[in-house]
Amino acid sequence: MKHLLALQYLSASEITHLLDMADSFREITTRQVKKVPTLRGRAMVTVFYENSTRTRTSFEMAAKILSAEAINIAVAQSSVAKGESLKDTMLTLQALKADCIVIRHHASGAAEFAAQHVKIPVINAGDGRHEHPTQGLLDLLTLRQHKGDLNGLKVAIVGDITHSRVARSNIWGLAKLGAQVRLVAPATLCPENAEQLPVQVYHHLEEGLQGVDAVNVLRLQTERMQAGLLPSLREYSRMFGITHKSLQAAKENVLVMHPGPINRGVEISAEVADGRHMVHSAIEEQITNGVAVRMAALYLLMSASPASMLETQE
Amino acid sequence: MKTLITGGKVLDPSQNLYVHMDILIEDARITALLPTGAGPSDAHAIDARGLTLTPGLIDIHVHLREPGFEYKEDIESGSRAAAAGGFTRVCCMPNTAPAIDSASVVRHIIERANETALCRVHPIGAATKDMAGNMLTEIAELKAAGAVAISDDAFPMQNAETVRRCMEYCAMLNLPLLTHNEDKTLTHKGCMNEGLTSTMLGLAGMPAVAEDIAVARNILLSQKTGCRLHLLHISTAGTVELLKQAKEKGIQVTGEACPHHWVLTDEACNGYNTNAKMNPPLRTETDCAAIRQGLIDGTLDCITTDHAPHADYEKEVEFDAAPFGILGLETSFPLVYTTLVKPGSITLMQAVNLMSTAPAAILNLPDGAGTLKPGALADIAALDLETEWVIDQNKVQSKSHNTPFHGRQVFGKAAFTMLGGIRQEIR
Repeated sequence: MKHLLALQYLSASEITHLLDMADSFREITTRQVKKVPTLRGRAMVTVFYENSTRTRTSFEMAAKILSAEAINIAVAQSSVAKGESLKDTMLTLQALKADCIVIRHHASGAAEFAAQHVKIPVINAGDGRHEHPTQGLLDLLTLRQHKGDLNGLKVAIVGDITHSRVARSNIWGLAKLGAQVRLVAPATLCPENAEQLPVQVYHHLEEGLQGVDAVNVLRLQTERMQAGLLPSLREYSRMFGITHKSLQAAKENVLVMHPGPINRGVEISAEVADGRHMVHSAIEEQITNGVAVRMAALYLLMSASPASMLETQE
Repeated sequence: MKTLITGGKVLDPSQNLYVHMDILIEDARITALLPTGAGPSDAHAIDARGLTLTPGLIDIHVHLREPGFEYKEDIESGSRAAAAGGFTRVCCMPNTAPAIDSASVVRHIIERANETALCRVHPIGAATKDMAGNMLTEIAELKAAGAVAISDDAFPMQNAETVRRCMEYCAMLNLPLLTHNEDKTLTHKGCMNEGLTSTMLGLAGMPAVAEDIAVARNILLSQKTGCRLHLLHISTAGTVELLKQAKEKGIQVTGEACPHHWVLTDEACNGYNTNAKMNPPLRTETDCAAIRQGLIDGTLDCITTDHAPHADYEKEVEFDAAPFGILGLETSFPLVYTTLVKPGSITLMQAVNLMSTAPAAILNLPDGAGTLKPGALADIAALDLETEWVIDQNKVQSKSHNTPFHGRQVFGKAAFTMLGGIRQEIR
């Protein structure tokens, strides 16, 4: 593994190895002194062409715990149009001797494009509506902690599948680890030929949640109404909102996840999001796991022997 | 001056001819087809042994980028690419800067072509001013200046009323309207075919039905107005079907296909390959098969390339930011020969008809375009069918390198072309 671009491109054993490593790194994040010298003297540069607090901070935390330098470049979207091309920016960072580039970009494929033009490792922190592999990994890690083996697990991804990079990373990650993936979405927010992915597609929430072990709830962007994809938040919430009531169809110990930020009362009710009424919401654990997963990714791609541990293990 | 092309095998769809003959040329025109060795001994001889001599290939859909975008291509470099591909005539689309929306730009292009080009160049006039889809251009003047057809290729007219009036006007002037068929309300910011691949890549899709709807509208307006309609770069099975139905009803409509639309599918976009990004986009194997079948059974009338050069730095960007379009002139005949003729789907005669005789007829090109009959201008392609080679984007005559066929093994290549009896030297 030279880059981390998409879970679609990883094998089950590569994913499992990343999760195992994240498991062991998580212990460090709970220590009083959260610092190990593993990546001392190495530099991670994050380039975010889109706004983000949690992902960027999570990468920064992960790098700092591992003693790597964390340099953040915030690119205002407006300056991109007049400014430097993505290729030139990537070549500049490489020439500055960054050891790893973490990129978030509004264009699908931007991270893969970056990886085609530089020799240093590239981590995709979200590219358009394509993938968000570290989010996918942290979702898998959270699920694994709660449910053990993912093989045969029924997991529903609910919401705006079309525009969601979280959905795509989850689909591939879950499918590769043997879970049964369900997509539950209004027809207007379900991408073309989705049924040809390793998933089952549902347009009715109750059917989709029938007997599931976990639900991953996607954030609904309010601009979908302007694009004519939805009539109203109210109707969406009634038909696809995750509430205490709609979760009755799921297994009793169903785990609820959400990549954040949450629209309480739209895609998820406040009581479910906050874990009341005996519902198990893993939303905060997901954030903590995010740091561990990113430590694993940075370690794998940036440690002194870049001929990745994955390859030596296989 | 007399020139004799000797030893070649002459293939001419306009005469249903495919035999070894010599071609005698006098004063730029073909004067006789003679049995091998029977020509006059005082003629300047050109050795064509082992070569197939056909009417010069004709591409009625290219973008030469001049004036305005000479960093991508110009008339000289584009015509060199054409000559290297066996073409002796091309028709250039009006999306230049300024657009070909006035007689002066038409005349400018013809003048530049006369000065520099290695093939004949026929401008296609814009349908609306600045190709903005609103006000009609002075179509009669464009025609008088030398425009052979009318099109808003890259910027298809969305307003049905504008299309209707434009067709009425074109019908009055007996000019065909060439349409890029896309209902933009269905394609939005799409950058590739809508389907499983776009879903996996997370790219906004352009559904096939956006083409089919525009085709249906344009066919119905052609039927109403009596305007000759030519459908550019057909990419969907739905369009092939609509074209077939329209022809059965006797509507004056023709259609073309480009090699990439039957050789490649949207899976070529994997890896965010911007050299597989064009509009209309690469579709599915079902669409490719329908296009191949359309070429075989005659539903589709001709083959073009939509040669659309773009600079490296324009294509080396995020997929959705890259411009649409790929090169075509230098790879068209080899792809047709390799993917259709060699497997036996069509004969070489059909291929040359689709690439020369038929397109000449669709646009009524002058001076015996698409034929080797005595009296025609001696525009000839000498094709070497034995050559096996690998397409290399770094060894092209075009100024640009944007081809998705880089590294592909193909058969057949133009050995040389002749324009008005003069062999074109590519330097």
